[in-house]
Amino acid sequence: MNPRRRRLLALGLAVAAGAFGVRALAQERVIRVTARKFEFVPETIEMKKGEPVVLEFTSDDVLMGFNAPDFKVRADIPPGQVARVRLAPDREGEFEFFCDKFCGEGHETMTGRIHVAA
Amino acid sequence: MGQAIDRREFLKLAGLGGAVFVSGLSGCAGMGEAKQEDFYFVQLSDTHWGFKGPALNPDAEGTLQKAVAAVNSLSFEPDFIVFTGDLTHTTDDPAERRRRLSQFREIVGGLKNKNVRFMPGEHDASLDDGQAWKEFFGPSYYSFDHKGVHFVAIDNVSDASARIGETQLAWLKADLAKLDKDARIVVFTHRPLFDLMPQWDWATRDGAQAIDILMPYRNVTVFYGHIHQEHHQMTGHIAHHSAKSLIFPLIAPGSAPKRAPVPWDAAQPYRGLGFRGVDAEAQKYEITEFPVVKA
Repeated sequence: MNPRRRRLLALGLAVAAGAFGVRALAQERVIRVTARKFEFVPETIEMKKGEPVVLEFTSDDVLMGFNAPDFKVRADIPPGQVARVRLAPDREGEFEFFCDKFCGEGHETMTGRIHVAA
Repeated sequence: MGQAIDRREFLKLAGLGGAVFVSGLSGCAGMGEAKQEDFYFVQLSDTHWGFKGPALNPDAEGTLQKAVAAVNSLSFEPDFIVFTGDLTHTTDDPAERRRRLSQFREIVGGLKNKNVRFMPGEHDASLDDGQAWKEFFGPSYYSFDHKGVHFVAIDNVSDASARIGETQLAWLKADLAKLDKDARIVVFTHRPLFDLMPQWDWATRDGAQAIDILMPYRNVTVFYGHIHQEHHQMTGHIAHHSAKSLIFPLIAPGSAPKRAPVPWDAAQPYRGLGFRGVDAEAQKYEITEFPVVKA
């Protein structure tokens, strides 16, 4: 492998590690969410204001996306990998999230809700 | 100019279209009239051919044909007609996708005016990176000039992530670079370029980059679809006008926690559906909304 190709490969691996490099710290709660055509399970994610949480997403079938615009967080969810998003909500209330990868006939119904309690 | 006045007078007298929205071009004062000849175009959007859902539109297999007939019956011949995406309703079956695109093309082939421009929506293009759509309608982004106005069609749907993408953004920048900063520019696109309602997927992930590229130009107007209703918003001096759908309306942005369609009202069939005519004049665009069927 020539040096330039090796450097590019190393850069690619570093970017991938960055995207999926979030790890839960000891004090962080982990909530696992499955994305599949065309739903998130669970559909409602229960959280507490100020509590740092790591959301772990897996996809059962095709490439999905998680997007919670109110918290400005999103992630690609490739099948066979775990995508992690760290979130410590600073507000109480109900916040919509959705799959932001157009994934098929039922894509537009693939939504969920983050419920943040006091 | 005379024909434009005649057209406005006719629309007023005929009582067609109801509300007329006037979108001014602040940067045009004193410069546009010598360069631009008035003209008229028609925008149709979100026809979703192939959709089935009697509670939302029991005439899903006939509404597009009615729209074609309504455009053909306009008393003034538009210079051109544009469809701003979601020509077909999505399907996971590539063969069915092509069947719907083919049927759509056949039906709109009934338009008397043959100068028709097409754009994809996410329902047409997001599952195969626009491959099937391009087989029927050609490039998914392009530009053209018409009577002193530079038109740009931006594809923000072929990428399933609702991105325009670096390649197209670079093309847009290069395409506009040849223009004077006072040039009149009209953008056609499917999704809003700005964050209208990201929670409802009413946004373009890198739309802000497109707006940044457009911002130095003083006379830019955007016509788009996607949200199945008329909506008007400014980002700086750039006006954005969304069009009604021809299948079912959606509720107003932010009016409920979740995006939802407006059910069919048998007492007022086709309510909320329609298309628009745009009178392009020297210093403004005058938008007239037309129903699918006359009340």
